[in-house]
Amino acid sequence: RVSSDGKPPKFQPPPKPVIIDRKTQKEEMRFLSPEFIPPRGRTTPLKYYIERKDMIQRRKVFNIPEFYVGDVLAVTTANPYASDKSSRFVGICIQRGGKGLGATFVLRNVIEDQGVEICYELYSPRIQAIEVLKLEKRLDENLMYLRDALPEYSTFDVNMKPVPRMDHEEVPVNKVQVRMKPKPWSKRWERPKYNIKGIKFELPEHKMQAAQKWSQPWLEFDMLREYDTSKIEEKIRKELSEELEK
Amino acid sequence: MALLNRGFGLSLTHLSNAVIQRQFSITGACRAIQKLTRVRVVDNSALGNTPYHRPPKCIHVYNKTGVGKVGDKILLAIKGEKKKALIVGHKMPGPNMTPRFDSNNVVLIEDSGNPIGTRIKTPIPYTLRRREGEFSKILAIARNFV
Repeated sequence: RVSSDGKPPKFQPPPKPVIIDRKTQKEEMRFLSPEFIPPRGRTTPLKYYIERKDMIQRRKVFNIPEFYVGDVLAVTTANPYASDKSSRFVGICIQRGGKGLGATFVLRNVIEDQGVEICYELYSPRIQAIEVLKLEKRLDENLMYLRDALPEYSTFDVNMKPVPRMDHEEVPVNKVQVRMKPKPWSKRWERPKYNIKGIKFELPEHKMQAAQKWSQPWLEFDMLREYDTSKIEEKIRKELSEELEK
Repeated sequence: MALLNRGFGLSLTHLSNAVIQRQFSITGACRAIQKLTRVRVVDNSALGNTPYHRPPKCIHVYNKTGVGKVGDKILLAIKGEKKKALIVGHKMPGPNMTPRFDSNNVVLIEDSGNPIGTRIKTPIPYTLRRREGEFSKILAIARNFV
């Protein structure tokens, strides 16, 4: 550089490096809560659009974290009959159902040798806090078979501390194979219609083969049952990101 | 209809469409507590905890419908005697935000409403607190609430 007075030029510190964390950028677009995706049907899209607006309004006021079936949550609800007017329940999420504002999730825990399940509505104003204590996925989308599994797989400490996790890490998949109580079970989980990967079936070979009699291998090729959600998901993600930035 | 098929092994749908001349009596299918459901006594009373070769069964529900939900009184047959009891949890899913238990739980009471046991270890739903007047003594001996 040419000096203005003949003195050495003023020290210019080097420009600070701009760190573009590509992993966090990907994270924003990654998780879309399943209750936003409208079910397949002939209802006017206006109904789902209005519902989504209400859901986004609620999410702006109250933080609903990202969670999957198989992870441990602690939910505090407002309860007029409890001491301190609020009650806390810790449990593993075994099912996420419903679409739109009626979306629900079922938490299960075994307290004092008694299995308890509570179905919470995600957008209910009675819910005061949802904390994810341990974020992980399992091999199945529906863990109803935990009712017939040994109680050790559904017991979680009520005072457990949240497991720390980095934001950009992939959600870990727990590949545990659950051991069941002796039959009879509430549903015949060995049948192919439930397609359960997370049970260690200790049934004899002939029973497992007899269960395959109820398999319907043509179902995966049925084109009328196909529901491709990729384009719908992209639209909804754009909508969400626009609304949440406002 | 499915119940009928299971019980009798033949399709009776054509009979139901035509005029029914004979009445079939079949117990209803519901997972709440009604007559002849086996229940689990949850307090620490001697009557509820001593083993017997027959499980305690409900023989009457003090309700307009014969179906007992949480907070209903029932008549139980335990160890060859009749005893009143209060339902504190059942396997049937109820309204959202209320707990659903894995077994039909019951607490033994006298005719006056006083519990026989002195402690209840299993969790009790908070909804019982609504009728604080009737169940105050039972809620006093309960340890955990869900």
